[in-house]
Parts: sequence; structure tokens; C-alpha cells
Amino acid sequence: MYVADSRASTSAQGAVRSSAGRRRAALAPTVLALGTVSLVTDVSSEMVTAVLPLYLVTGLGLSPLGFGLLDGIYNGFSALVRLVGGHFADRGGGRHKWVAGLGYGISAVCKPLLLAAHALTPIGLVLAADRTGKGLRTAPRDALISLASTPETRGRAFGVHRAMDTAGALLGPLVAFLILRATVDGYDAVFTVSFCVAVLGVLVLVLFVPGGRGRAVPAERPTVRAALALLRGRDLRRITVCALLLGLATVSDSFVYLLLQRRLGVPDRWFALLPLGTAAAFLLLAVPLGRLADRVGRWAVFLAGHGALLVVYALLLTSWHGTGLPYLVLALHGCFYAATDGVLMAAASDSVPEGLRSSGLAVVQTGQALTRFACSLLFGAAWTLWGDRAALAGAAVALAACAAFSLTLRPKGTVPA
Amino acid sequence: MTVRTRVLILVSAVAVLAAVGLASVLHASARADRRNHTQAGGPGVTPGTVTLRRPGRLVFRNMAWGPHRDELTSVPASAPDAARTASGLKCLRFHAASGTGVCLQAVHGPVSDTYRALVLDARLRTVDRYDVPGIPSRARVSPTGHFAAWTAFVGGDSYAGTDFSTRAAIVDTRSGELIPSLEAFRIVRDGRPYRAADVNFWGVTFAADDRTFYATLATKGRTYLVRGDLRRRTVTTLHANVECPSLSPDGTRVAYKKRAAGLPKDAPWRLYVLDLRTMRETPLAEPRSVDDQAVWKDARTVVYALPGDYGADLHEVPADGSGRARRISSAAVSPAYLP
Repeated sequence: MYVADSRASTSAQGAVRSSAGRRRAALAPTVLALGTVSLVTDVSSEMVTAVLPLYLVTGLGLSPLGFGLLDGIYNGFSALVRLVGGHFADRGGGRHKWVAGLGYGISAVCKPLLLAAHALTPIGLVLAADRTGKGLRTAPRDALISLASTPETRGRAFGVHRAMDTAGALLGPLVAFLILRATVDGYDAVFTVSFCVAVLGVLVLVLFVPGGRGRAVPAERPTVRAALALLRGRDLRRITVCALLLGLATVSDSFVYLLLQRRLGVPDRWFALLPLGTAAAFLLLAVPLGRLADRVGRWAVFLAGHGALLVVYALLLTSWHGTGLPYLVLALHGCFYAATDGVLMAAASDSVPEGLRSSGLAVVQTGQALTRFACSLLFGAAWTLWGDRAALAGAAVALAACAAFSLTLRPKGTVPA
Repeated sequence: MTVRTRVLILVSAVAVLAAVGLASVLHASARADRRNHTQAGGPGVTPGTVTLRRPGRLVFRNMAWGPHRDELTSVPASAPDAARTASGLKCLRFHAASGTGVCLQAVHGPVSDTYRALVLDARLRTVDRYDVPGIPSRARVSPTGHFAAWTAFVGGDSYAGTDFSTRAAIVDTRSGELIPSLEAFRIVRDGRPYRAADVNFWGVTFAADDRTFYATLATKGRTYLVRGDLRRRTVTTLHANVECPSLSPDGTRVAYKKRAAGLPKDAPWRLYVLDLRTMRETPLAEPRSVDDQAVWKDARTVVYALPGDYGADLHEVPADGSGRARRISSAAVSPAYLP
């Protein structure tokens, strides 16, 4: 840390003072605007996510078993759409805002459509459209964040964005349940309010996020081939390989909560609160860990985050039954997200040229999402065949091996120069 | 565009959007008042005493609009459309036998609803209460009244997803001992022990011996009828494509909903009766998709709910595949016949 500090503070000022001074100067308004867009949009989408099960069962009288399978398919689909969004945002040099806006817009329009859909098939289609919107907007949005911040403050910029995003995700269900409380079967009100909030998010994006960066359109229009050629660059290739490998050893959240519940016999009524614990830790730690990543190197923080996940696995494998266990596990799990989610984007941004920023980030995100999906399938199979503890022990060994390998691959460009 | 213009646009948009949102919330909350007014032409409901020890009565959740909406009400089993006697006790799902009742209730909390199961005595007084992990869907009491079971949809098994699973619980109403999830039972499928992470149970129905029960087991996208043994804590698969079984009073047949081929995904079920000795399936004369756990009115007739103007109506159909279905009561759900 000392080395990083002394490099960051070029003047004779103390390291702490100088970094505090820079913070105010360097956080671009674009980042705050995009953070606001994400916060508002997440309030909107999590409102719907929170009440959808209730709506399907009590509102429409459906038996939504097997809906979970669709969910997994949508997520895979959304990851692929991300590549498309990333690519189109890069074409023409400054389309990030409009591709992201299209993505936010599609998701907004889906909310009132939910009111019109009364059977499982149309509801499935509306949700698929919603995910398409989410897939389209993610990469251009992250590209905008990275383009609007300086390389030295990118970790913090992503940290601020992810914290605002998570705050929205925590607020959404609260708003939804307050509306249901105030009404009788007020699902129509929830969807309408969700739509209004989503429109507000699009509006903030359109009004307050700068569009074209005034940059000249690159002589060569970015092509898909150019995007894939990015992987020939050593640093991005290494980052991607590490993200894929580590993704392959990242057990999905639902398994972590299930394991925790089995270990502790968490009463079922508290079970739904476990994800909130992770989200709260993510919210609190995203900014400090993002700043830390700017100072000591993104790769170090990214790997340390996976170290936190490894400790989660270890805690779930031990026979310790203390009352602190769930808090510790959820705090470390949130820490893992705070140290990896935005930090990976900040790290990847360093090794992607501006003209291909969106495509490059999309490649890393999609790869990571797909390997995590593969991990879920493998972990589920291992759980079925050998039981939960053996499956988790396998995942822990895999994670340790992948982390050790990633340590040796440490890309040069990810340490602040 | 200057910052001033943009802020102005934003502020006016916020005003419009807030008005639309507020209007929709007010509109939805105004429905509460309408629900408290009795609708013309609906069944008459008067408050009174409902007990579970009055033979020849039918007890169900009244869904007619008015002050007694969602309360348990009682009518003569022979005249299900007669005026209803309301108990004052609200339940989402209900079942009763031999003077024991089970009532699945929503508990309205400051932020979100939670659910609980009440075990009731014959005068509808609460004997025991248990947490229910999600939205309740099925409730059953054994013919002796010694056991009660319920099923709930459990969300939250995936982070911010729309993933579902079910959890079926059984309680001994005499000792209060709870089996929170049938997933703890040993599964025998096709004669061999079976384990999988994706096992779900729902729709328990009890035999009269206080030991045997039947239920749905779902795994790998298929559903099975299982016979359970409460003493040995095992379940054994008997038949495929069976959901929400309901055992006949003589214990020889099971009425259930089956996914029939070629039907739309949102209405895939038809009612069938399975003879447990010959394992022969008989389709019943109900042409619509039934998403309910039927009850046996007697040895020859099954009763079930279908969506109706006030949420749900009760219908009946002969259990041998003959005759035709007919509506017996409107604005009612979760019926229990008191023998």
C-alpha cells in the first residue's frame, strides 16, 4: 500500500490528504448520473421481481413450478445479448448512451405489459424482453463509467455506481410491499408505479448523461472481429482467462444461502432475508473497496475478493455453529461482490482501447456469466451425486487452484502506473 | 439544452409520473372499500357460530364481497348455496376432519406478509401455531384429526430471481411435533433409494391409519404419486404424472390433477381418479383445467374449486368418469365436508 500511495501522490503532500482531495475533483458527474439511473431502475425492476411470485400464485392462480428453469435460460440469453449491446455501442464511436437508453427503455415498457399478460407464456415473453433490455444496457453503461473516469479513480467510480445500484435493489422490494400494504391486491399499482419509476430512470439517462464524447469517429469502424481480436492483447486475455476460471469456481448465490440454511437450520421465514445481508454488505463495501483497488491495484483486490469467497466456503465446511456464522458468511459474501464486481470492470477497462471499451467489457462479463452458469450446473450435479459437503469441498479446491493460477498470471496493466 | 431546461423537464416529468403512480395506488386502495360492501345477488352471509363437530355441514372460505370476506363459513352440505354462517376467522386455505381444523393465514406485517398455520379445535380456537415459509397452497387434516399437513410456495431460493420451490410440512396435532419438510424423508423411486437436490413435495393427503399418506413428489421436471410412511419416514413412488392427490374415504382411490398432453402451458391439468389396486386411471367429466386439490364429498363425488367471478367457485363431478360437472357454490374455496 505504501508503494501505491507514494506513486499516487506526486506532490509532497501526505498520501491520505492527497487522495481525499482528489476524490471530490475526480468523480465525474456522468458516474453519479449513471449511478442515479441504475438506482432508480433497480427500484423499478426489483419492485416487480419481489412481487412476481406473489402475483403469479395469488393474483393469477398459476402454479409456477419450473419457472426457475426459465430464469436460468433467460440469464444465459441476457449474457449473450450483452455482447450485441457492447458491439453496437462501440460502432460509431459514441453510441453508448443510446444503446443503453434503448435497453432501459425496453425494460420500462415491459412493466405495463405485465399487466396485460395473464398466462404463463406471455408473462415468460415479457420477462424475456425485460432481460433483453438488461443485457443490452449493461456493457455500454459500464463503458460510459470507465470512459468518464480517469484510470486512477476507476475503481472508486465503479464502486460508487455499484453501491447506488445495490441501494436501488434494496429499496425496490420495500416500495413494492408498502404499495401492497396500502391497497387490496394492488399488483396493478405496483406495476404502474414500477413503470413510472423506470421512465424516470430513462429520463435521467437522456437528460443528464452526456451522449457523444465529442470524439472523432475512429477511422475504422469497430467490427466484431476487432472486438474478438482484443483477446489477442496479453492483458485483456489474461484478465478474461482469470475471470472465466474463477467464475467456474464461483458457486451461485442460491447455493450459498441453501448451504447456510442447512447448516444453521435458519427458520424458513428468515430465508428470504439472506440475500439482503449480502446486498447490504455489498452496498457498504463497494466504495471503500473500489478506492482500495485504485490504490493497491485492482488485481490484488479482485483476488482478495475471491479469497473472501474461499473463506465463505471454508466456514460453511467447518463444524463451527456460532451465532455469528450467518453474519460473517453474508458479510464476506457481500465483500466478495464489492471486491470483484465493479473492480473487474475497472481492471478490464485498463486494457481495452476507448473505441472498443463497450465490446471489451461485454466479452469479459459474458464469459464470466457463462462460466458461472456452468458452475451452477456442475455444482448442482455434484450435490446430487455426492452430497452438499463434498460438492462444496470440490468448489473450494477449484477456487483455491484457480486463484493461485490467477496470482501467477497477474496482468501488468491492472496496477496503477 | 441548458442545465436549467433539463432540470425543468425532469421536475415536470417527476410531477406527472408521481401523479400517475399515486393515482394507481389510490385506485387500487379504493377497491378495499368496494370489497367491504355486500354485492347484490351474492350469497347471504350472517355472523354466527361455526363448529367442526356438526355432521352434515360444509365449511369453506367465503370469498363473497362484504364484511365477512375470507372468513370461514358453514352451510348444510346438502344445500351448499344456502345462506352462510360466518365464523369471524380468516383463512387463505382450510381443511378439517374429526373436530380438528387447519387454517393457513397471512399475517400482515409492516413491510411484508408472513404466513402461519393454525391448528384449530372443534370450536375454531387456536391450539397451536406454526410459521409457514411462503404463500400457502394446500392444507389437509387426516381423517382421525391426529395429523395436519400444509404446502407453501417458497421463494428466495435464488438471489433476486423468480425461482420457486414448495415445502410440505406435517404436524402431529396431539404432540405438536412438526416435520417442517418432507424433503427429510427417505425416497424410494422405482424400488431404489433416490437422492436429488431438486426434490419438491406438495399436496399431502392422509389415510385413516395415522401412518400412511400420499403426496406429489417432483424431480427432474416430472411428478410422481408417492405413498409415505410416517413411522419409517419414507416415501415410495407409485405412479407418474400425478399432482395434488386426494384419497377417497375408503382409501382405495386417489383423485388428482394430471398434466394432459397438448394443453396450453398455463392450463395443463385434467382431473383423474386412480384405482390404487389396479392402477387404472379414469378421466373425470370436467373439461376444464383444474388447479386444486380436490376433496371427496362422499365415495362417489369429488369437489374442487375453479376460478370464478369472486376468485373461486366450487364445482362437483362424479368420481367414476360418468355424468357431468356442475357448479354447487359461488365465491367459495377450500371446502371441508364434516361427516
